[in-house]
Amino acid sequence: MPGEPNPPGKPEAKNAVSRRDFLNEIAGGALAIAGIGAVVVTVKYASPNVLFEPPTTFRAGSPDDYPVNSVTYLQDQQVYIVRTDKGMWALSAVCTHLGCITQWKPESSQIACPCHGSKFARSGIVEAGPAPRPLRHFAVTLGEDGALVVDKLEVVKETEILKV
Amino acid sequence: MATIGWTHQRLEQLRQTRAWRSIFRRGPARTNRTRSLAVFGNLGLHVLPVKVREKSLSVRATYYLGSISFFLFVVLTVTGILLMFYYHPAVPDAYRDMKDLIYVVSNGVFLRNLHRLAAQAMVVAVFWHMFHVFYRSGYKPPHEFNWVIGIGLLMVTLFLSYTGYLLPWDQLAFWAITVGTNIISYVPVLGRPIRFLLLGGHIIGQNALLRFYVLHCVILPLAAVVLIAVHFWRIQKDGGLTVRDDHD
Repeated sequence: MPGEPNPPGKPEAKNAVSRRDFLNEIAGGALAIAGIGAVVVTVKYASPNVLFEPPTTFRAGSPDDYPVNSVTYLQDQQVYIVRTDKGMWALSAVCTHLGCITQWKPESSQIACPCHGSKFARSGIVEAGPAPRPLRHFAVTLGEDGALVVDKLEVVKETEILKV
Repeated sequence: MATIGWTHQRLEQLRQTRAWRSIFRRGPARTNRTRSLAVFGNLGLHVLPVKVREKSLSVRATYYLGSISFFLFVVLTVTGILLMFYYHPAVPDAYRDMKDLIYVVSNGVFLRNLHRLAAQAMVVAVFWHMFHVFYRSGYKPPHEFNWVIGIGLLMVTLFLSYTGYLLPWDQLAFWAITVGTNIISYVPVLGRPIRFLLLGGHIIGQNALLRFYVLHCVILPLAAVVLIAVHFWRIQKDGGLTVRDDHD
């Protein structure tokens, strides 16, 4: 009843939390924290820390193996080595649309994807089809022995060309 | 006639035994009351309505599309479990096991094709069921929650179909999953982490095959069973199937 004085020894009733509510909230909070923790731990568990995937850096032989104005497809690596009079670069053969493997078509001087008809110039630029971005350029360096080293984890700008 | 009478008598005697009465608490389902009690007291049947309107049993009311979907799910469970006896979710065993099932295992090609065709039929049946319910206004109150459960079941059916697609480990499977998981990576922010979790790596390899296998054989079927149970139970709780009055 409002206005009624509290019985002696009892706390202010208005703001008081009953023991039952207090314990329910503590238990609910503990369960929620444990639940979130379980989800986090499970997602962590499901993300592998060690992957047995092929190495992403590979050696592609001497620059002299690639004639000027050529596009060479390295099937094992799914990478094109392009050489023009400006220099050399490495292009991913994986289509930027949905990940199919493209093919170099010498007759039209284009890189074409068989899945959905995207076409790329040898610079990687999209010329036709649904591909949203140019083909990725991978970093190409010369090793100490003068051989080409391609790093498929390092995507570089189209303007980064290896002068040879 | 004498044999029938004798069998009937023995059956009655069997019904009086303690063992029988411990399993089936109620007597024979001969009256409306005992029939209702038989449905109430049975774990498998109690999700079903005790009484239905005769109209809702007509072919035109539902074309039995929900029942057909469920029947196909049962066929897929049985054939799927049988296929598991010969299938290793490993590279390169998976592809060889598939060839073994086709050329070596007795009736393997029958079971495999039955699993594949039933899967395709189930996708068709579930979609048709959804369209039918939609055009009959079956999604309207009081059925709106069951419609949502149905959307969940449609998703589970499609995910089951998709995860099963990788398991033969052939070129078709590999490129379908390549394209599909790249579609997932277009999801803003979470796309790439989800693809990584789904494949268990960056490439479609051993980890991806095993994950798709576990999803296909354990996680998704369990989700389907739970959702199907709720779906059936809600039909009863929502007052039976939607029936149009002009169906007489």
